[in-house]
Order: sequence, then C-alpha cells, then structure tokens
Amino acid sequence: MSKAVADAPPRLAPGKGRVLGQPVARLEDGPLVRGRGLFAADVNFPRQLAMRVVRSQIAHGRLVSLDTAEARALPGVVAVWTAAEVSDIPPIPFRATKVRGLEPYCQPILARERVRYVGEPIAVVFAEDAYIAEDAADLVVAEIDELPVVLDAAAEPAEFLPGNSTEPTIVRKEYGDVDAAFRAAHAVIELDLSVGRHSGVPMETRGAIARYVAAHDVLELHGTAKKQHWNRDEIARLLGRPPTGVHLFEGHVGGGFGVRGELYPEDLLVCLAAMRLDRPVKWIEDRREHLVATNHSRQQRHLIRGAVDADGRLLAIDDVFFHDQGAYVRTHGARVADLAAGMLPGPYRLPAYRVAGHFRLTNKTPAATYRAPGRFETTFVRERLMDAIAVRLDLDPIELRRRNLVTEAEMPHVRPVDTLGVDVVLDSGDYIGLMDQALAQFGWDAVQRDLTARRAAGDCVGAGLAFFVEKSGLGPSDGVRISIDATGGVELVSGAASVGQGMETALAQICAEALGVDYRRIRVVRGRTDRIEFGNGAHASRVTVMSGSATYHAALAVRGMALDTAAQLLQARPEDLAIEDGQVVRAAAPGVPLIALAEVARQMGPNSPLMRGRTPGLTAERWFYSEHMTYPYGVHLALVRIDRATGEVRVEKYLVANDVGRAVNPMMVEGQMVGGFAQGLGGALFEEFRYDERGQPLSTTFADYLIPTLSEMPAVDVLIAEDAPSPLNPLGVKGAGEGGTNAVGAAIAAAVDDALRRPGAIVSLPILPRTVRRHTEEPT
Amino acid sequence: MKPAAFEYHMPRTVEEAVAILARVAPLDGRVLAGGQTLVPAMALRLARPSHLVDINRVAGFDRLDVRDGMLEIGPCVRHAALDRSAAPGPLGRLLGLVQPHIAHHPIRTRGTFCGSLANADAASEWCLTAVALDARIEARSGRGTRSIPADAFLLGYMTTSLEPDELLVRARLPLLPDDARVGFYEYARRAGDFAQVMALVTYAVRGGVVAAPRIALGGLESRPRRMAGAEAAIVGRVPDALAFRSAADAAADALGPTEDPDYARTLATTAVLRALAAAA
Amino acid sequence: MHDIAFTLNGRPWSLRVEPRRTLVDAIRDDCGATGTHIGCEHGVCGACTILLDGEPVRSCLMFAVQADGRALRTVEGLEKDGALHPLQRAFIDHHALQCGFCTPGFLMLAVGVLERTPNISDEALTDVLSSNLCRCTGYQNIVRAVRAAAEEMAP
Ligand SMILES: Cc1cc2nc3c(=O)[nH]c(=O)nc-3n(C[C@H](O)[C@H](O)[C@H](O)COP(=O)(O)OP(=O)(O)OC[C@H]3O[C@@H](n4cnc5c(N)ncnc54)[C@H](O)[C@@H]3O)c2cc1C
Ligand code: FES
Ligand code: FES
Repeated sequence: MSKAVADAPPRLAPGKGRVLGQPVARLEDGPLVRGRGLFAADVNFPRQLAMRVVRSQIAHGRLVSLDTAEARALPGVVAVWTAAEVSDIPPIPFRATKVRGLEPYCQPILARERVRYVGEPIAVVFAEDAYIAEDAADLVVAEIDELPVVLDAAAEPAEFLPGNSTEPTIVRKEYGDVDAAFRAAHAVIELDLSVGRHSGVPMETRGAIARYVAAHDVLELHGTAKKQHWNRDEIARLLGRPPTGVHLFEGHVGGGFGVRGELYPEDLLVCLAAMRLDRPVKWIEDRREHLVATNHSRQQRHLIRGAVDADGRLLAIDDVFFHDQGAYVRTHGARVADLAAGMLPGPYRLPAYRVAGHFRLTNKTPAATYRAPGRFETTFVRERLMDAIAVRLDLDPIELRRRNLVTEAEMPHVRPVDTLGVDVVLDSGDYIGLMDQALAQFGWDAVQRDLTARRAAGDCVGAGLAFFVEKSGLGPSDGVRISIDATGGVELVSGAASVGQGMETALAQICAEALGVDYRRIRVVRGRTDRIEFGNGAHASRVTVMSGSATYHAALAVRGMALDTAAQLLQARPEDLAIEDGQVVRAAAPGVPLIALAEVARQMGPNSPLMRGRTPGLTAERWFYSEHMTYPYGVHLALVRIDRATGEVRVEKYLVANDVGRAVNPMMVEGQMVGGFAQGLGGALFEEFRYDERGQPLSTTFADYLIPTLSEMPAVDVLIAEDAPSPLNPLGVKGAGEGGTNAVGAAIAAAVDDALRRPGAIVSLPILPRTVRRHTEEPT
Repeated sequence: MKPAAFEYHMPRTVEEAVAILARVAPLDGRVLAGGQTLVPAMALRLARPSHLVDINRVAGFDRLDVRDGMLEIGPCVRHAALDRSAAPGPLGRLLGLVQPHIAHHPIRTRGTFCGSLANADAASEWCLTAVALDARIEARSGRGTRSIPADAFLLGYMTTSLEPDELLVRARLPLLPDDARVGFYEYARRAGDFAQVMALVTYAVRGGVVAAPRIALGGLESRPRRMAGAEAAIVGRVPDALAFRSAADAAADALGPTEDPDYARTLATTAVLRALAAAA
Repeated sequence: MHDIAFTLNGRPWSLRVEPRRTLVDAIRDDCGATGTHIGCEHGVCGACTILLDGEPVRSCLMFAVQADGRALRTVEGLEKDGALHPLQRAFIDHHALQCGFCTPGFLMLAVGVLERTPNISDEALTDVLSSNLCRCTGYQNIVRAVRAAAEEMAP
C-alpha cells in the first residue's frame, strides 16, 4: 500500500473545498489566448541551424549506399550526416517494460545496414534555414535493395536479423485452471477481433531545439515534454556527459497523448549536432513526417475465447493476440502488449484467465502508447465478447454485465495478474451503481422506446454500452517543492510535466486549498530539469495522483512552517492559527488578518535573526510514493444512426460516465472526457494508418488521416462520479486522462450492431462505411 | 514541407499574364490562382514549378457577371462569391446548394472556380457543375482565345485539354430556365472533405412529365460526367419514385470500372436518387 | 528576392522575402509573431488561420509576396488596451482550450466570421468551425465559447 513520508499528513476531507473541486478558470489560458505561448517552434536562438531528416522511402531493404555529395555542395548547408558519422551513439534504449531479448530490436538514430519502415531516418542535413535544409535533403540519394516486407503481425514470424525473429517475446499471463473451466463450460464463445492502427497525432508536431552553452558547459534541449528527467539522464549517458551538464526545458506542449516526449532519434541528433557544430540546432517535424515518424499505436488482432456457465457468469477467458509493434521497439519496450494482457479482464469477476500476446515486428512505423494504451483495444475485445455472450444466452447485455461486474463488497479486488510490474488490485468502486446512474442519465429505457418507434418508421438506429476499467497514478514517486517569496508569491516546482492537460491549474488548486492562498498567486514550474533534481513526468494519468499528492504534502509542510514562525512572532500557539487568503489569522477569527504570509516569508529569509542557525526559507519539498496504481472506471453509452445506403455511421448521442475518485477541477475533468471521447471517435470510425502491399504508407496527410471535426461530434454528456475515492492517496484522486477514450470503440461497435440488428457484425475498428454497407439492405 | 524555389511573376493585365505564361510554360511554369491546391502540392513537393504566374492582381479577373443568358466567371472569382446571390433564378439556387460542400470557409475565401476546373479533381463540385450544365471554358494564349465545352475540357483524372501555355480566362455557365428544378447530393467522410460521391440534377416538369433533364455524377470515376442513360430513363416520365429509381439504376449501370464495384453502385444509385428527390 | 510591405495588426512591415516563403513563416519568423501556429502546412488543420483584409484565410497556403499591400490580423492583435477580446475571454470562461495550440486559429476564424455575421445560425456556425481541427477539446466548449462571444459582439 502507499506510504507517505514520515510526518504523514491526514487525508483531505471529502467534498468540495474552497478552490479544490471547483471549476475555476485555468492559469494556463492567459498567454495561450493571447498567442503568447512558447511551443517548440516558437523557440529560437541566434545563429541557429535547421535540421532536416532524410527518411527512407522503402519499407524494408538493405541500405547499399548514400550519396550526400550534392547535398553537401549546396550553399547554406553546413553538414550532412549518415550512420557513419554517428556510429558512436548507441541505439535508443527502453525506459519501460523491459523484457529480456528486446535489445536487438532497438532503433539506431540513423539506419545502418537496413531500413525497416518508410520514414526511418537515414541521414540528416544541417543548413542555414529550413528551406535550404529541405532542398539539401532532397539531394541525398539513397540506394536501397528492397527486401520482402512483413505487414501482418498475425502471419508467421519472419527473420528480423540472423538469429532474431520478428517475434522477440510473447507476453504471457495466467491464473486459475483455464482448461478445466472450458471443459466445464455451459457455452464457449469465440471471436476474432481487430483494432486498426491509429495514434495520438497532436496538433503540434514534435520539435527539438538544442544549444550548447559553452560559458557554463551545459547542453540545453528545448521543446521537450513528458519525461524530461529520464530523457535528460539518457541523453547525458548516450553523449557521455554528466547529467548535471544537460538540461531539458519544457515550454507549451501542443498535446501529448502518449506519443510526444519519448526519446526519439531526432532528440539525440539535435543534441549531438549542437555540440559538434557548436551552433544551436532546431528541428521542427512537419506533418507528413509526423504521420510516419512519431509513434503509431493500437494495432492488434485478438482471438478470444470465453467460457460461461448457464447464467452467463464468466468462468474463464483465453486470449491469444498479435501486437503489431512496427519496425523497432522504442522506449516503451513491450508496455502496450503488457497492458493489454493485464487489463483485458476489466471490471468483471474472472475465475481463470490465460493470455498470450505475440509481440511482433512489422515494416511499419514503430508503435507505442496512445491515450488508454492497451485498454482501448482490450475494452473493445472484452465488451464484444460480453455482447456475444449475451446474444448466445439470450440475455439482456446489461443484465449480463450486472451478473459479472465486481461488486462494491468485493473491493479491493485482487486479480492474480500484474501489469507494468505491479499487481492489479482494483482499489475501490461501485461498478453496478455507476452503471445504473449512467443508464438513468442517458435515459436508456426512453431511448429504447424511441428506437423502437424510429425503427418502425424505417430508421436504422441502435444503442450500445461498454464498461471499462482504467488505471492511473503509476508510481513509484514524485516530488514537489513549494516556496513562498517575500511578496507572498508562491512557487511550486514539480518534477512532472505538462502536456496541455491543465496540470498547472490542478496542482495550484491543491496547493491553494492546503495552504490557504489564492490559486492565482501560485506559479507552477514543470518540465525543467534545472529546477528540480528528479521527476517522473506526465503520462499514464499520473500527474494529479502522484504530483497532486506530493503537492498536498508539501503545501501542508509549508503551512506548518509558516504557522510555527507566525506563532513565534505573534506569541501564539500554532494550533490556534490558520491561513486564509495569504494571511495568517486566528482560527477562531478568520476575518482578521494578523500577519501576511509575505511577512512570514521575509522573517524566514537567510538574514533574519529568527533563522540563525537554521536552514532559511519558507519552503518545503515533499515526495509521494505509491506501489499500486489506482483504477478509475466507467461506462460509455452510445446512440447511433446509420445511413443504410452509404453505410455512414453518425453518433447522435453519447454519455461518458467515469468515477475519478475526486475531481480536482470538474470543468477540466469534463474537458478531458469530451476531448478523450473525440479521440476515441476517431479510432472508432475515422482514423487509420493504412499501408499498401509494399509497405508504403497511405495516410501521410491530413486529407488521408481523418481526424474528426466538429461536424462529426455528437452532443457528449458527461457524468463525473466521485463515489469511490481512491484509498491510495491523500486526495482520493484517480486520474481522469483516459476514461473518455477507453470504451468508445466498444460502445459504438455495440450500437452499430444494434442498429444493424446483426449481433456480432462489427469485428474490427475503425468501422468503415463500406463495411457497414455490406450489412445493410438495399437503399429504399 | 517547404516549397522548392521558383521565380514569381505578378502580371497586372491579361496580355502580360499570357505573355509571361508563354515564356515560362515550357520551363514548367504554372498559374497561381487561389493556391488552395497548388500550394499544398508544392509544400509536399509533389509540384515543383520553376515559375509561378500569380494572376490574383490581374485587372478584371475577379469579374462575375450575367451576360447573354450566361453567368460569366472570371479566373479570380472565389468559391465564396458563388453563392445564391451570384446568379438569378434556379442557377443561383443551385450554386447555393453546391458551394457549401467545397472545403471550408477559409479555403472558399481563396480558392477559385476556374482553378477548380483547371485542376480537374475527380471529386470537384465545380467540375461536376460545369459538365452538368455544359459550361463553356475560355482558354487564352499567344495563339488566341478558344472556347471549350466542359465535357471536352475535362479529360480525366486531373487532366484537362488546357495547353501549358493557355490561361483559363473565363468560365461561362448557362442560366437555367425559370421552371428548372435543381438538386444536389454529396456524401463525404467528414464535413468539407472531397466527395466519395456526388450527384447534381436539374429538370423541368412540363405537362406533368420530366423535360430537359440533366443528371451528372462525380467522385466515383476519374472525372465527373453526365449520365445519358439516366437522363433518357427519366425524360418524358412522371417524376415519381419509380422514374427516379430507373434513372438511378441507369446511372449505376453506366459506371466504368471502379475499385469496389458493389459499393460504387450503391453510392451512385443513392446519390442520383437523393439529388432527384431533393430537386422534386 | 522581393521587397514587400504589409500591415500586421495595424503596424507596417517591410520585408525582403524569397518568393517561396510562405506567409505563415514570414509572420512567425520574420515578424516574430509566433501566435499563429503551423499544424500541417497543407491547408487542413486551420492552426494558421489569420485575417487577410478581414477574411479568414490559411496563411500556410499563401506566399508572403502575395501579402504585399494587404492588411493582416493575427491573434496578437485581438487584445485592445489591455482588455481581452470577447472571444478570448469566452474561450477562458468556457474552457475552450486545453493545450491551446489550435486556439489562435479558432479565434481568428471566429473573429472573421462573427465580424461579418454576428447573428450566425447554429448550423452555419457548426459548418464554419468544422474548418479547424482540435485534438484536445472535442469542440463542444469551443462552440459554447463562440456562441457566448457572438451574443456579446452582436450590436
Ligand atoms: C483542406 C482542403 C479541402 C478541399 N476540399 C475541396 C472540396 O471538397 N472540393 C473541391 O472541389 N475542392 C476542394 N479543395 C480544393 C480547392 O477547392 C481549390 O481551391 C481548387 O481545387 C483549386 O482552385 P485554386 O484557385 O485554389 O487553384 P490553384 O491551387 O491556384 O491552382 C490549381 C491548379 O490549377 C491551375 N490553374 C489555376 N487557375 C488557372 C487558370 N486560370 N488558368 C490555368 N491554370 C490555372 C494551377 O496552375 C494549378 O495547377 C480543398 C482544398 C483544401 C486545402
Ligand atoms: S498549418 Fe495551415 S492549415 Fe494547417
Ligand atoms: S486545445 Fe489542443 S488542439 Fe485544440
């Protein structure tokens, strides 16, 4: 269980606070609506060079030669590098879910003997500006002997390298007697289900700007996100520098969604070039590059079997899946496959479970995490199975779920599998209660009546639902330092990062609540390795849980220090004092300011007589540790209408119900749900990275990779429940980043089946119009 | 995604424009109109013209007039200008139905009708409109001006009968008779996307039966075209569901080879049916 | 190289540019107004939307030379005398941004349209706002914000 630091502070009282739990305006917005943000492309340094990557146009081949002479000769070109120039730099390492045997599959920063996907970096050009750099990149001539491509992860594995197959590992998890359960089953349901390749595709492409500051012997990298400290350590290691001589900076981040902020070849290349060429180097990914270079995600095929008793109770699940990893294993190692295997059982009581995840390499862009990784996929698979069971046993799908959902009384529910190296312990929840609330808010019964009437009138309409369990708050640790300056301004330095989700506001709200100051007076510093020694970044919906808890502890610690000093100054007892709006007051007379925090901070300065012999400053750093994840959960309900003739699916109405333990800022949580839904909608109906038979990518512009616009969005209703605060952290929060996305594919598939009146019709995502059309009758 | 280098020309008169184009066309010089297709192609370096002749400041090129029963559209008339108010009667109504399907507002403020014709995308709404209504297209070069019927102008996928040194200086759309009914239907994956399928129809009902039908289909084949069989199937018939159905079937029967024939057939039938119904 | 002059948010600029330089690159890198963003450089995302003589256009699909003599407006020009434009305020109040990358494009699109059509219908507004992509918000709050601002801006 989680343990706090020695002076364990109490849990935050339930319910809304003065600022915590309130939909206050965000601190982030001011500069952003004025166009005064600092996104990667907005960072410029004098004398900077532009970097342009030359990428393979061939999906698989032997790199015979690279002719860079013409590119080098172009005026304005400073250098052109191929693998030979960077042979001293090792491939990009893993940071997560390291599985033995994956090392040969790591990506070199520039391709050596082989190219393995279209878009793989094979050379880099450095030039005076981005236009010239692109001209020069066009002049690099690559001679590549084409080799056969592997595009189907479910096909027989091939050779990756002599002695290494394209299946480096199989993720296996098992508990209970699966075979016996299948033998004893009343019915066995088997499905073959696929999820297409799509990804985060943030509106800001990646970017990296490096400069070497010789005056301080420091290498700086700007435009970073998500995992600054780990990336700093690795960049330092790979370039042979001490970590204290490398600093990463985060400005604004135009969406992360899992894909941005991992360590990519380009990050190392700009750093290396800044050192070697002794000029700042700027690289801004263009959109076409982004669609072939930045992590893809999601593509899996599952052959799932479920065993049930006569009442529809799950006895066992046996799943074999094929995970399409793409051409290399990147920083995430086998994480997505591991998450898929660990999270597939979801919210249901499952006596026996066996999974074999075939982790396979193909000649496509490498894949890794994207919002709700492994869960968007497996929720689709599991909920399709539940719907199929309901059909087989002629049970209402809601009743079937009711029978199988883990009940409140069974919490915490230990599932004898692990994921991300920690045991799955569903920490808290009232699953059935939330399902009932959601059905009521959606008006499920009325919707059913309405559907009947509309069908009678000829409409092709249907409704469906899907339940999900998320995971969030991955540990192991995060720290926050809070300091109050002599004007009463508060600075909160966090080891976490922002990816545009509003974390500054969330942390400020928590700090303000605990400390007794106006949240707008809090300046949140994040994503900077020069301001805090350690950090674990922003991913896996961990910031509010981990950094939020650390913030709470640190704020209480600062508050305690302030009250101690104030008590000394006021000749009072600290326990009789409180802080209100930045003023120390008597708890019994909160309206009467006695001394300002600013004054207390001044009195705690290094030259203050009060501090003699002590460490000065009204400042405290606290760390929060957690060994377990917390599991938010929810249910999605969808109402769809199908155009029988074109096969177009339109979502008319949607509800996301999600228990987040505690909503620090309900407005932002709701924003996460709706935005997350939009991404799920993309994966369910529109977005797909397609390839031709030679491995040429077909989705390389925004005209081919279809991100939903406003016109495709239904009205989305959100039910934020706070019924099951997490016992694992002092705030009770669970993280809210991924629940909006998780079950969209599953819920829409169920609704489409229902509209078509063909149970089990939908077996793959995205659901394409021409597929749907095959299941409808002739137009009338 | 930065365009390759080119030389830029900004003629002020049509004569100047034609003269420059004559000089640079053999060097892969191109006309720049709204730029809403050409500039993306250049950003992707799919197009690398050595010269651009920017016609946006040529005097009179933004003229939009009705003359001699024709709507005359200059080469710098933007999509946005071609709304309901652009022409009297049914033609105006038709333009008002079609135009909102072209891309999005900030693209419609730049992209041009004539540029769409010159570009000849298989799913271009204006190309469909031009063939459906038998537009005349005027091309000017050092050799003089010729007028080309839309059907002879649009040769195939992104191919026209325009010579490299010819400037499209005007398109003329005939006004529709007052009793013309107009209908348009389009299915696209997302709002503003190029059409998967689209159909444009106009006909009159005279003496209770369909007269002068025009039925054009686009998005499925390499270029939009009028569907003679469909028109024949409906002319002289009472405009009812049965007649519409036979027109739709005839249109689908006439489809050339496509990637997914079953689906194409459905889309064709649907589009024609829905456009006819919209016009009724 | 071409010598051009335009106004950006009312301020005159004279630049010497290569013909191929896109307008958005000139605005961002030559004028230093980095509020206008680049999301795709091929006309689909709308992050680069600015007003050209009052009309919303994609600044990635114009060359800087074409802006000679024109009046450009970008997000930096919305705030007047320290007071946010009603749309900027509405975006904050309605949580119409998360990462904020798409925000300047949406603001300029909406400003351009609302200045001409303050009483725009819901349907027309949906059509207009479908021109730009946002990956974070799911658009719902953007529509709410624009609606609220439209009411405030209506004469
Ligand atoms: C996101 C997006 C979505 C779009 N969606 C649609 C859509 O749904 N439907 C649709 O029809 N279009 C769509 N378009 C394209 C848009 O309508 C273009 O404006 C149009 O296709 C071309 O017109 P233009 O004036 O921009 O031409 P340009 O881009 O300037 O030119 C296109 C081509 O035509 C040539 N050309 C242009 N004018 C002349 C002339 N007068 N004489 C000789 N040659 C000439 C050019 O040399 C070039 O080869 C879309 C564009 C974008 C960016
Ligand atoms: S950057 Fe101009 S539309 Fe995307
Ligand atoms: S707020 Fe992030 S893209 Fe719109």
